[in-house]
Amino acid sequence: MQRERGGWDTIIRPRHGWFDIDFKGLIQYRDLIWLLVKRYFTLMYRQTILGPAWVIVQPLLTTVIFTVVFGNIANLPTDGMPPFLFYMAGSITWQYFSSCLTTTSNTFIQNRNLFGKVYFPRLCMPIATVCSELINFFVQFAMFLIFVAFYALRPNAAVAPNWRLILLTPLMLMQLGLLGLGFGIIVSALTTRYRDLAMLVSFGVQLWMYATPVTYSSSMIAERFPGLLGAYMLNPITPVIELFRAAYLGVAEYSLRYNLISAGTTLAVLALGVVLFSHTEKTFMDTV
Amino acid sequence: MAERLLEVDGVSKEYRLGQLNGYTLHDDITSWFARLRGKEDPNSKIGTDYRQQNGTMLALDDVSLNVDRGDALAVIGLNGAGKSTLLKLISRITAPTKGEIRIRGRVASLLEIGTGFHQDLTGRDNIYLNGAILGMRRSEIDAKLDEIIAFSEIEKFIDTPVKRYSSGMYVKLAFAVAAHLAPDILICDEVLAVGDLAFQQKCLSKMRDVASEGRAVLYVSHNMRTVSELCNRGVYLERGRLTYDGTTERAIELYGGSGIRDLDRDLDSMPRPKLRGETMRMLRMTIRDATGIEYPMDGAMSFTLTSVAHVPDPALRVRIMVYSSMAAPIAMTQTEPFPVEAEETFSVDLRMPLDGIAPGEYAVKMSLASLTPTGKSCLYDTIVDVGHFVVTDDPARNDGFHWQERLWGNFRLQPLQIEGIRR
Repeated sequence: MQRERGGWDTIIRPRHGWFDIDFKGLIQYRDLIWLLVKRYFTLMYRQTILGPAWVIVQPLLTTVIFTVVFGNIANLPTDGMPPFLFYMAGSITWQYFSSCLTTTSNTFIQNRNLFGKVYFPRLCMPIATVCSELINFFVQFAMFLIFVAFYALRPNAAVAPNWRLILLTPLMLMQLGLLGLGFGIIVSALTTRYRDLAMLVSFGVQLWMYATPVTYSSSMIAERFPGLLGAYMLNPITPVIELFRAAYLGVAEYSLRYNLISAGTTLAVLALGVVLFSHTEKTFMDTV
Repeated sequence: MAERLLEVDGVSKEYRLGQLNGYTLHDDITSWFARLRGKEDPNSKIGTDYRQQNGTMLALDDVSLNVDRGDALAVIGLNGAGKSTLLKLISRITAPTKGEIRIRGRVASLLEIGTGFHQDLTGRDNIYLNGAILGMRRSEIDAKLDEIIAFSEIEKFIDTPVKRYSSGMYVKLAFAVAAHLAPDILICDEVLAVGDLAFQQKCLSKMRDVASEGRAVLYVSHNMRTVSELCNRGVYLERGRLTYDGTTERAIELYGGSGIRDLDRDLDSMPRPKLRGETMRMLRMTIRDATGIEYPMDGAMSFTLTSVAHVPDPALRVRIMVYSSMAAPIAMTQTEPFPVEAEETFSVDLRMPLDGIAPGEYAVKMSLASLTPTGKSCLYDTIVDVGHFVVTDDPARNDGFHWQERLWGNFRLQPLQIEGIRR
């Protein structure tokens, strides 16, 4: 490789292959990713009254609303789990995924001023976003654990965390983040050409939530539409949320079959995203 | 021989027209459908530039360029010549259409003031963020932080959000970060326009240091004074082509004008600004009573200007504006008003006294003008550069002193009068 480059550090050529991805650059710029994450937290709650409390207030309110609307009014079953925890598990995981997706999906458009002036591996931006969202998630996750402990330590505990599945938590979080990142950068690469997609994203994510067992349980689908269950489980988020609930709230038995498929989908989406993104970053300034 | 840091090898950059701003899937489909039926793409713009063919425009056309360690290279050209495009390619913001660029070491571009600065962050935070964006490691910034802050001259405000900064403070901070990046190639595109004179000088000397430390500077500016102060090499870009590579002085001269030295000049075919030369047009300029374009100090240039008028004007004037070799306007003079009839070709014999114009080479901008009721100029025709003239230095006419254009300027006032000496 070095010989072929003839001692040059960088060679800029017109036609970059689809798989010419600047991983080395990403490592060189890891401090930038860290500083971007830091910037995110410095700036996010500036000039708000509640400040960082918003990280907790938001999912808490969502959970209360879900519990009232879907649990008490619509009376949807929650597989025997306490509705409040059931909805909280669903909403914080979904929130994490969807904010990764929506925030990374406008990477190019949002940063076009910066990208137009200076080069750095563009992937730093979405990666920093996902890291920031992950830190947000940890705060919400801590809140969730407190509620779980509260329910689990009561006599006649309604929840029974499955310790073996809990060990998979890092993988679950990674998968959610990478899925959000993967879909987000695919959209961001395509929005440089088709702005229509930007309109579609916020709407699409909302619809997607209803195709995912956030406000209901997938066992409902299994009961009512057994024929559709296979297709339903292809949604890569579904098995992750199901696994998350199974791990922390406990179910009798859990099969990881769908999680394997979902992991495969995640890797495929991520690979496609990175390839598309890297291809777009080289010339997007000419089209944005 | 100094080590080569940058090779630009036959690089072209083509922009597709009509697809530059916002397009939708619908547009893509209609374009594709039109191509399929062999019709003209309904989404392509109509261009007028000769470089625009088949809905594309060549912003850079087969440019080759080498930069070695120690070079301070001036990239000079008119607006739209492709300077910024070239720098964008070198700094990897966009990819070339053809050719190859090879770089050794780190490139830092100082393309615009405060690129990557965040309004709500403090100066200190922004140093870190901006440094990281430019490719510095955090430990490097830590090591240079004090030096950067000292150079920026804003120690007092370093923990204030930059949104409270003045634009001058902004530039100072931005330049301080980029200058301390220790890049192998430092790219500066019109960055010193803000900032006060003292800071400009400081930046120039910092850039000179970069070059003398065996790194390289690529400098783009329309300020020829800073260019001539900083650069030891110059290239001239003209409509996307690199037409000159050599000394800074010659590149500046090219920028100052086309350097036409003929005595008989065809003005009809020279380029004009938009909407000029339609209702009246200058056709020919013939220098009289001279064998070259050199004139003695306090001499006079005589020439005949032939023009055609399509509209009448009772009070037309020929106007001459003189530009220095640094492309700065020096002086203006115009004739008495004279009447012209519609559809009339007329020749005016002119004599332009050069009194007071200091020795040097000058470009001449010429217009057909008349006065509007509001006291403005109505310009029928303007040619930015009809050619050069040279005022030769003659120490005998200047009390024995050779004229120093860079220090003394382009205008020689009447001798300073002594009204009395007391001892």
